[in-house]
Amino acid sequence: MGEAKKLSLISFSGDFDKLVATFTLATGAAAVGYEVNIFFTFWGLDAIKKKQGRAFVGKGFLGKLFGFFMGGLRSAPVSRLNFLGLSPKIFRYLMRKKNVATLEELVEAAKVLGINLYACEMAMHILGIQKSDFIHEVKDVLGVATFLEISEGGRTLFI
Amino acid sequence: MAEFKLDITREHCPMTFVKTKIELSKLKSGDILEVLLTEGEPLENVPKSAKEQGYNVLGVAHVDGNVHKVTIQK
Repeated sequence: MGEAKKLSLISFSGDFDKLVATFTLATGAAAVGYEVNIFFTFWGLDAIKKKQGRAFVGKGFLGKLFGFFMGGLRSAPVSRLNFLGLSPKIFRYLMRKKNVATLEELVEAAKVLGINLYACEMAMHILGIQKSDFIHEVKDVLGVATFLEISEGGRTLFI
Repeated sequence: MAEFKLDITREHCPMTFVKTKIELSKLKSGDILEVLLTEGEPLENVPKSAKEQGYNVLGVAHVDGNVHKVTIQK
């Protein structure tokens, strides 16, 4: 195999189901020996906020308002059939019942496996979010050029 | 040299690999980990990825039904 064992994911959506996909791929790949990078941008940034529920994270009136409605990992909506936030609760229940890792467990596994978490500088600037608003495992704040450098030679997915 | 056991027969992807990787990373050189796993993806890929990551796979044995035991040494 010519290419490096490296997987870089762009986590854009912030939806519960897509975050499950992102973290399943990321932790699975890291566990079988891949170097894994996740670049969080726009709605994806919700997944790495320290405050996992709804909170006025961000600067300025509009930033804070957006921050509140976007929420964190625990308030991520499902991309289809969200039913005003009922579906993520049902999914969490089903995942626990069927002994499939929940989103929170996958994120914890990602931290333990040393997956590289990066945040998008531009999206943070728009939303008025600081690096200190994120979990401390977030390694760095990046732009496109650095992400391309980091992901070079591996596979990249946009989720 | 110490021996450790891990049962991932009730786990699903990706936790089968994740739990194995985390247990393997705790081993010291010479330590042995016995992993109980089921047929299909875990049986095909846990020994393979352990080898790729530089561990010795000492053996794969059928236990019961669709459960197998993989013995891995660091």
